[in-house]
Amino acid sequence: MNDDLKSGSNLEKVLKAGHFAFTGECGPPKGANVEHLKEKVAHLKGMVDAVNITDNQTAVVRMSSWAACTILLQEQVEPNFQMVCRDRNRLAIQSDILGVYAMGVRNMLCLSGDHQSFGNHPQAKNVYDIDSMQLIALVKKMRDEGKFMNDEDIDVSPKLFIGAASNPFAEPFDFRVHRLAMKIVAGADFIQTQCIYNMDRFREFMKKAVDVGLHEKCYILAGVTPMKSVGMAQYMAKSVPGMDVPDSLIKRLREAGKGKVAEEGIKFAVEQIEEFKQMEGVAGVHLMAIEWEHRVPEIAERAGVLPRPKV
Amino acid sequence: MIVADRKPLEEILEMVKGCNKVLVLGCKGCVTVCNVGGAKEVGVLASILKIARKKEGRPLQVDEKSIERQCDPEYIEQVKDIVDQYDAVISMACGVGPQFLSEAYPKQRFFPAVNTTFFGGATQHGVWVERCAGCGSCVIHYFDGMCPIARCSKSLLHGPCGGSANGKCEISKEVDCIWDKIVRKKMEEGRLDDLMQPKPAKDWRSARDGGPRKSVREELVQ
Repeated sequence: MNDDLKSGSNLEKVLKAGHFAFTGECGPPKGANVEHLKEKVAHLKGMVDAVNITDNQTAVVRMSSWAACTILLQEQVEPNFQMVCRDRNRLAIQSDILGVYAMGVRNMLCLSGDHQSFGNHPQAKNVYDIDSMQLIALVKKMRDEGKFMNDEDIDVSPKLFIGAASNPFAEPFDFRVHRLAMKIVAGADFIQTQCIYNMDRFREFMKKAVDVGLHEKCYILAGVTPMKSVGMAQYMAKSVPGMDVPDSLIKRLREAGKGKVAEEGIKFAVEQIEEFKQMEGVAGVHLMAIEWEHRVPEIAERAGVLPRPKV
Repeated sequence: MIVADRKPLEEILEMVKGCNKVLVLGCKGCVTVCNVGGAKEVGVLASILKIARKKEGRPLQVDEKSIERQCDPEYIEQVKDIVDQYDAVISMACGVGPQFLSEAYPKQRFFPAVNTTFFGGATQHGVWVERCAGCGSCVIHYFDGMCPIARCSKSLLHGPCGGSANGKCEISKEVDCIWDKIVRKKMEEGRLDDLMQPKPAKDWRSARDGGPRKSVREELVQ
C-alpha cells in the first residue's frame, strides 16, 4: 500500500488522484437472499468507485451491513460499510470494525442512524452508546493510534477510509457547516451528503464550506437520489426527516406528464451531477438510486462520469 | 423519589469561576428528603464556596434561597424579582430544576450542583437504593414486587443469569441479585409456575428509548 494512503481503498485512490468520484448505494435484502443482492450489485459494477451498503436503513431489519459487504468483496465490487450507532454499543462497534477490516473492507461511513420509531421494530431499545461524531473519532483512533477507545493496543489496526454524512438542509441551517467542520476535525476523510434537491440552498451551503476551507480538508461528495415518481417526491417532502424538496421540483415532475416522470427525475439528477462537477469544493457524487440500481449505468453514462478511472 | 448526589466542589467552582455573585437555590422536594439539595445543604454549599474562593483571593458573594419545588412554574415564579441580580444561579434540585429555571428565565445561566442518579428510596438513614427505572410500563406484579428492569444489571426478564452466585450479582458482591430473590420467593410460596411462562420482548417505546416523554392528563389541561 502506498504509504501516503490512509486505507488504500479504491475510493481513496480515486479521490486522491483528483478524479471526480462517483459512488453508489445498495440496501441489503430483507432476508438472506444473496442472489438478489448480487443481482443489484451487478448493475453497479464498473459504474461506481465504491458502493455504500446500508445498515438497517430507516431502522428496518435487513441482512447485516458487514455481511453484505463481504458478498460485494466476493463480487469484486468495493463496499463502503455503513455503520449506525443505534444498534450497537462500543464493544460491538469496535469488534465489527475489526471484523470488516479483517474481511477486506476499506471504507466506512459513520452514522447515528434513524431512530427506531421510523422502522419495523419501534418497540426496540435503542443504544446510542456513542454518537456519529464519537464514532468517527473512534475509527480514526483505531486506525491512526492503533488503540481501542479505552487506550488498549490493537493487534493489527484497521486501516479504513473514514466517511461521514452531512445534511445541508437540517435546521438550524447556519449551524450545518459548523457541524460538518466538527466531523472533519473528528477524523472524517470524506463526506457524503443527504440527497440534494434544493440546489439554491446547497450552493449556499457549499459556499460557506469553501469559505472556511473545508473542501481542502475533506472530500465532499454531493448526494443525489433520482425521483422515480411524483408520489416519491411528495413522500420525501412530507415524511422523510431533514429532506428539502422544493415545490418547483414537484411541479416539474408533475408537468412531465404520465409515463414520463421517471425520465424527468433522471434528467434532473443528470443536470445536478453536471453542475456538481463544476461546483467548487465538490469532489464527487454519491448516487443513491433507491431500488433503482438497474438505472445507474444509464445515469452514469448520461452524466458523463464513465468510464470510472482505474487507479 | 428522585435521588441525587452533590457534585464535587471542584466541578462547581469551575462552573462559577467567572462569577462574582451567585445564588444557591435549593428545592424542598425530593432533594431535601435525600439530604442533598434542601435549605440545609444550600447553606453548606454556600459556605464552602465562599471559603474556597476566599482562599483563591477572589471572594464570591453567595446568597441562599430555597423554594418549594423547582419542577413547578408556580414556585419558580417566586424568584423572578431576584434572579437577575446574579452572575449565575446554582440549582441544587435534580436535573429538572436548572432546566425549568432556564426556560423561565432565558437570560440567566443556571448551573447544576447535583448529579441526579435514580428513582429510589432510603433503606436506612443515609443509604438510598434504586428501585425504579421509569420504563413507563410497570412489570412488578409479575415479580412479587421486585423490579428486574431497575434491579437486574442486565434488566433480564428471565433470570437469574449464569453469573448469579450466593444471592449476589456477577458485577459485584455488593450488589444483590434481584432474580435470586424473585426465584426464592416464588419457590417459597409455591408459585414457581409464574416464571415458567416466557415473556415477550419488552416494548421500550414507553421508556426513554421511545424519545423524550410527556404525560398529558386531559381532564387537568385548561
